[in-house]
Amino acid sequence: MVCLFVCVILSYFYVIIHVVYKVGNVLLPGDVFSFQMPESITDSKPEKVVCGPGLRRNGDEVLVCKSGILRHKQPNLYWIDSQQRRYVPGKGESVIGIITAKSGDIFKVDVGGSEQASLSYLAFEGATKRNRPNVQVGDLVYSQFIIANKDMEPELVCIDSCGRANGMGVFGAGGLLFKVSLGLVRRLLAPQSEIAKDLEKMFPFEIVVGMNGRVWVKSKTIQQTLIVANLLESCENMTAQQRQTLFRRVADGSI
Amino acid sequence: MRDTPLSNCERDFLLKAIQEKKRLDGRQTYDYRSIKISFGTDYGCCFVDLGKTRIMAQVSCELITPKENRPNEGLIFFNIELSPMASPAFEMGRQSELLVKLNRQLERCLRNSKCIDTESLCVVSGEKVWQIRVDVHLLNHDGNLMDAASIAAIAALCHFRRPDVGIQGEEVTVYSTEERDPIPLSIYHMPICVSFSFFQQGTYLLVDPCEREERVMDGLLMIAMNKHREICSIQSSGGIMLLKDQVLRCSKIASVKVSEITELINKALENDKKARKTGGKFGFAESLPQERITALKTDVSHVEMSDVKEKANEIVQRAEVPPQTVPSPVLTAPGTGQVGEGLENSWGLKEEEEEEEEDETVELKMELEEGHEEKGRGDVVVISDSDSEEEDVVILNQVTTK
Repeated sequence: MVCLFVCVILSYFYVIIHVVYKVGNVLLPGDVFSFQMPESITDSKPEKVVCGPGLRRNGDEVLVCKSGILRHKQPNLYWIDSQQRRYVPGKGESVIGIITAKSGDIFKVDVGGSEQASLSYLAFEGATKRNRPNVQVGDLVYSQFIIANKDMEPELVCIDSCGRANGMGVFGAGGLLFKVSLGLVRRLLAPQSEIAKDLEKMFPFEIVVGMNGRVWVKSKTIQQTLIVANLLESCENMTAQQRQTLFRRVADGSI
Repeated sequence: MRDTPLSNCERDFLLKAIQEKKRLDGRQTYDYRSIKISFGTDYGCCFVDLGKTRIMAQVSCELITPKENRPNEGLIFFNIELSPMASPAFEMGRQSELLVKLNRQLERCLRNSKCIDTESLCVVSGEKVWQIRVDVHLLNHDGNLMDAASIAAIAALCHFRRPDVGIQGEEVTVYSTEERDPIPLSIYHMPICVSFSFFQQGTYLLVDPCEREERVMDGLLMIAMNKHREICSIQSSGGIMLLKDQVLRCSKIASVKVSEITELINKALENDKKARKTGGKFGFAESLPQERITALKTDVSHVEMSDVKEKANEIVQRAEVPPQTVPSPVLTAPGTGQVGEGLENSWGLKEEEEEEEEDETVELKMELEEGHEEKGRGDVVVISDSDSEEEDVVILNQVTTK
């Protein structure tokens, strides 16, 4: 949730309204998004509203462009929570990419989008023209988008603005990579993620979550790694209760 | 579109897991994924789900002239299509190696094994025979296409019914489905392919590889067998060296699997026949499970209806009086009429230009009226419209009707 709004183009505007749309309702593309102003503020200036993903301004109206549930965050942030498996690169998002080719000064990285992204040799911590990073074709990298729009080829970097790696870079050996939906990834990355907390209670493991739906897991034994991978793939559509019972069953069984 | 490349980390993990006899989805070495067979409403349409791999087969028939050297035998034609829906690696229209391999394998398995009695497909020897055409479409690729394709093809052939044919002397009548019940094909046996994938130069073996396992395998052994333990075809690809006892062991495993799968197909056919006979619902739509996602479910929300009536009344009262429509054409004088431009529009929409025009026309009308009064019985009246192309419309011989 946090990373998503940094990269979405937000629009500010003044809203006039009739119908009440309660937060938590399912909206379909084409619905006009509007909400009721609290009576106390009708005299003063209309307040600003921030529209997140799934909402789009069209002249004086705001239209819903993705089907999903309307969510609200105080004080004035609204967005549509939709399900999707296909990733569209967004600026500032951290993703797990697979190196597919080395050409000239850049690596070609597959991030699951429609185009392959480019990652420069020099975009690693401590890399210079003489000191090249040790990256092979087929390796996994955890990196961030600096350019990601529909008109240009996406570009990745493995350093932040200060030049430090900050957790990004090439993966070590071992572990398993698998794919989940984008909604699950966002839930895992949320600040107080219940799924992450439930998973932590099982057994120790390392996990890297990419915003493109790719998750890398490494645990002490292969069996444990497989368990975590299968649990994450299956707990997508479960309610919290079902998920907790499942995790408990597995924890009892594996011990 | 390019397929997602396999990363080194996945490859290493898969090989290590196979060495420890662990598979990604928790299966054992010789386990098949769950097979689901369902039939469509037409005879000869079959869907097969092998785990997430999904294949559809459709059988159809038509009358054609037979081959010259075999005038008594009908023809069977197989066609597998890999649609881009199945995997981003498949492109429409391109003959990839995989496609050729699958087609050839299916033909060898079903045609060369003579599982269908082609002589029963003959109608008039040398002139008319039935050609049975099996179209297999791949809908989702999650490994082991050959097995799923062979199951789908043979199940569809068993399910298919061809139209009945009557011969009276020289005349041949093909009866439609309504006139006479269609007849099933005569099938001797059901050959089914079983795939074995080998890893680490033949050390490790897995039955029914999924897509990721297929990517890291060294070679593939495919055995087509029927439930009477007759081998219909064997093919080994990938260039691995296999020992004799390995191949024998595989054939024993295959016979066990084939008998299980044959039973499954027969059960599915029975269920479908029963459903059709009792008039129950059958077909693909019925066999889809009701998959409900409850995590995002919301409760029934009530629509506020309490003040709808008052609001409606309010709106009606506040609404403006509809604009008076000017009867068209306006008769300004006998013999002349005015239609269209210059008149007040009856649409009810006020555009800015029209508002200005209204003011103008109001002024003009006032002037006109004054003019009328002054002129009284004038012979000539000038009507000037703000928009008309003609500068002035002059009406001659006007007789006031007042």
